[in-house]
Amino acid sequence: MLEGDLLKRVLYIDLTKKNFHVKERKDLFEKWLGGVGVGIQLLFEECPPEVDPFSPENPIIFTVGPLNGLFPVVSKTIATFKSPHTGNLGESHAGGRSAIAIRMAGYGGIVIKGKSEKPVYIVIDGDMVYFRDASALWGMSTFATGRIIRENERGAGLRTIMRIGRAGEKLITYSSVTTETYRHFGRLGLGAVFGSKNLKAVVVLGKRHLPVSSGREYRILYDRIFKMVVESPAMRKYHELGTPENVSPLNKIGALPVQNLKKSRSEEAESISGERILRDYLGRRIACSHCPVGCIHIAALREPYKDEPYFYKTSMISYDYEPIYALGTMLGIFEPEGFLKLLDEVERIGVDAMSTGVILAWATEAFEKRLISKEDTMGLELRWGDHETYILAVRNILKGENHFYRALGRGVEYASNIYGGKEFALTMGGNEMPGYHTGPGCHIGALVGSRHGHLDNAGYSIDQDMLKKNQKLSPEEMGEAILKEEGWRQILSSLVLCFFGRGIYTPEITSEALKIAGFDISPDELQKLGESIHREKYRFKFREGFSFENLRIPERIFQTRSALGEISSEYIRRTIDYIKKKLTIS
Amino acid sequence: MKLSVVETERCIGCELCMFACSRRSGDGGLSKTCISVRSVGGMERGFVVIVCRACEDPPCANVCPTGALEKRKGGGVVFRASKCNGCPYCVSACPIGAVFWDSETNKPMICVACGYCVPYCAYGVLKMEK
Repeated sequence: MLEGDLLKRVLYIDLTKKNFHVKERKDLFEKWLGGVGVGIQLLFEECPPEVDPFSPENPIIFTVGPLNGLFPVVSKTIATFKSPHTGNLGESHAGGRSAIAIRMAGYGGIVIKGKSEKPVYIVIDGDMVYFRDASALWGMSTFATGRIIRENERGAGLRTIMRIGRAGEKLITYSSVTTETYRHFGRLGLGAVFGSKNLKAVVVLGKRHLPVSSGREYRILYDRIFKMVVESPAMRKYHELGTPENVSPLNKIGALPVQNLKKSRSEEAESISGERILRDYLGRRIACSHCPVGCIHIAALREPYKDEPYFYKTSMISYDYEPIYALGTMLGIFEPEGFLKLLDEVERIGVDAMSTGVILAWATEAFEKRLISKEDTMGLELRWGDHETYILAVRNILKGENHFYRALGRGVEYASNIYGGKEFALTMGGNEMPGYHTGPGCHIGALVGSRHGHLDNAGYSIDQDMLKKNQKLSPEEMGEAILKEEGWRQILSSLVLCFFGRGIYTPEITSEALKIAGFDISPDELQKLGESIHREKYRFKFREGFSFENLRIPERIFQTRSALGEISSEYIRRTIDYIKKKLTIS
Repeated sequence: MKLSVVETERCIGCELCMFACSRRSGDGGLSKTCISVRSVGGMERGFVVIVCRACEDPPCANVCPTGALEKRKGGGVVFRASKCNGCPYCVSACPIGAVFWDSETNKPMICVACGYCVPYCAYGVLKMEK
């Protein structure tokens, strides 16, 4: 690590006492790089064993890495905490301006502990931390909160405004933290941890410089990487159609979850495809700081007011593949306007779009099967495709209207424990499933992934590869492929890179880039370090009670044909056993 | 030659131009950048790109009490750091906010129209013009 690099500084903020201090943690950053590598170590230090996720003792940890602010597409921040949704490791990534703002403010990490007596938002402006009264913001949407803070605080263009909506305040366990209106720490409930601390928002800003080992070599390598980025097919894919490009191909191969995964394709899917939304609704594309890809697609939805002619409101709603899956196809909504309205509501209150969609899908099927009644739903008839009723249901969840909606506010795993319907309760490791039914790989990946999400190890991509090459992997080969990908992703998320750049930042390029930042580490050593970070995360998970034996596999994934045909439960179990062995042998 | 913002509506807010400008100094980060990109007031409404437009009669030079900002032939200014006393009148004189402040040297930073940033904009927002 270079002398003068401020990455080693960790800012500790105590919301109870309203004070802060900075510690130099060269030890952590030199050994674990940054991002998730350092994040998990700070979590071990700061999170007492078996602590209640809503206790003031549960830390919120933000970390960035050595390549943030130096190279393009390195645009992510890692949040680490104990998840109120799964009761285990909470790790969530977001882009926007967050990573650059933290790095430019002169920190590698921020640790927030305690609980404020009154609602508060904090401003981290270089070396200063300000605690601002947020009583007047409490109860406001993510949009309004952002708008007000934007006008109150300085640093436009150089700052991040991370905030929660009402869901976080109400401790809905899958509440998200929104940053720059359109990006999220989406999964595993960071928003509820904010809410439990009476923390409405965190603003970070700064404009520092970053030392490099050689200015000349820095510029040469930068240009090489920049050229690869702008010429890469991935950049074109994510810039043009964005992640919604996936809808059509997944539907074609029969891997698109439809109506709570009762089906894996639909004739209607074309009408909610990336191409269709782009043609009829795309209003603007924007980017995260220091990333030329510009993958953020924002739809412009124009709606007339019913009470007055020629009077319209235009909402700008950012969409991606995962929300289309969860709040669209999974709920049988194939008409973009209904999907966008539901998504807008979800964004306004600040909940994870993926969990919300899967929860509503489970509730709809439970309603069909009469496990829940109209009394439970307070008169709502949950029906596939009926976005208006779903919007009302989301509002009821937010308000915690009755026993049933309060259960939905804690996720599918919890609600199905009470109301039944386990075989179609689609959670993996307690987290609602991602939008793939490509084959065994996607589900194994989500079951064993340290965050139980699709980005842990991209099991869906291993399935699609098998399909393309018409090959079959043994459980051992599948296990190896998943472990290898997840191991390497720990490095990417320690730097902290956006996974869209993973094709460009090979171990070799990454090692060269790290040299510029003063880290001398070979491609092989990087791979090994990635494996160690992966194990460290599992060490935390085991400490908090995770066990491979207790992983529940919902029967539904065996009942509905995947792109690779029927999925065998024995294959899944054998692969999980293999992964368990590999992760537990030290 | 001067740097001009051809089409702000094409800006996606990636800030690569800002990083490029700062990188000219040899380091990473943003401390030396003479470009500012910010949202119009919410990213859904697009971005503002602020660069020195090389005025023919620059207000920044007109208020400089020490003659550190000399009018350049063809518009804009040349900054003579040795003459600057760090007063920051130039910053408040620029109505578009294109005079930036280097808090490490306590002196202003203004675009020198080198054009280094232009190729890093993948969307054709910036251009060098006569």
